[in-house]
Amino acid sequence: MDVITTTVDARGQSCPGPLVALARALRDARPGDQLELLATDPGSKSDVPSWATISGNELLEAGETAEGVHRYVVRKV
Amino acid sequence: MAAIEERVDEASTSYAELLGRIEALESAQNASIKKKNKLTIIAWGGDLDRIWPTTILATTAAASGMEASVFFTFWGLFAIVKPDVRITGENWMQKMMSAMNPGSAQKAKLSRYNFAGAGPSMFKKLAKDHQVARPEELISTAQELGVRLIPCQMTMDLLGLKREDLLDGLEEPIGAATAIAEMRDAAVSLFI
Repeated sequence: MDVITTTVDARGQSCPGPLVALARALRDARPGDQLELLATDPGSKSDVPSWATISGNELLEAGETAEGVHRYVVRKV
Repeated sequence: MAAIEERVDEASTSYAELLGRIEALESAQNASIKKKNKLTIIAWGGDLDRIWPTTILATTAAASGMEASVFFTFWGLFAIVKPDVRITGENWMQKMMSAMNPGSAQKAKLSRYNFAGAGPSMFKKLAKDHQVARPEELISTAQELGVRLIPCQMTMDLLGLKREDLLDGLEEPIGAATAIAEMRDAAVSLFI
């Protein structure tokens, strides 16, 4: 089941804003929950995968929308 | 038959040897330092261009599920003075030191291009335009995410800073040995 439980809108925020917003949302999430992160920070392209490696959470999707917004889906482990 | 017995003997000798080597490896591993998934930063500098990366890295580590601790010493201590605290210290030297280093992260100067405060204002304008959180905001985010902020007892005494001059929610002040213990078991240690 690919169900997004929460969307974290960090558009406009710079490092480390998107990751802090994601960490805050993750704190309230349950293991297995899927969270969507929207960001415009170009640094997030490398930062979100690094964050997943360090934190041990799963990065399911990473892409860019037509509007140039970076979109990530992570699963809380 | 004799040949088989010989081979059994050989096998048991190499088995005993292997066991010995495993035991030696195990004890060597127990004696070695075990590093935690942890970041320790020694925040020595109180300048805006030092306290900023300090708070960004500590916050990011905590947001990534790492343990994080920041040990504030020397000029770094002035960055965690309460914003409404003006002159600190008991003697003229300490008072002069505090006058030259206005407390709190929001009053931090740039280590270069300060231009009597114009530099930091410009920097903060740029940060605002790019939606980068300020160091003082990052300090409270760090606290919220469980980063341990630890003042150095010796430099507090030296600079005449009291516990009540510093921000609320800090850990108890510690000394150099405890700071080294913090660094010893952290996978990443930085001096900023």
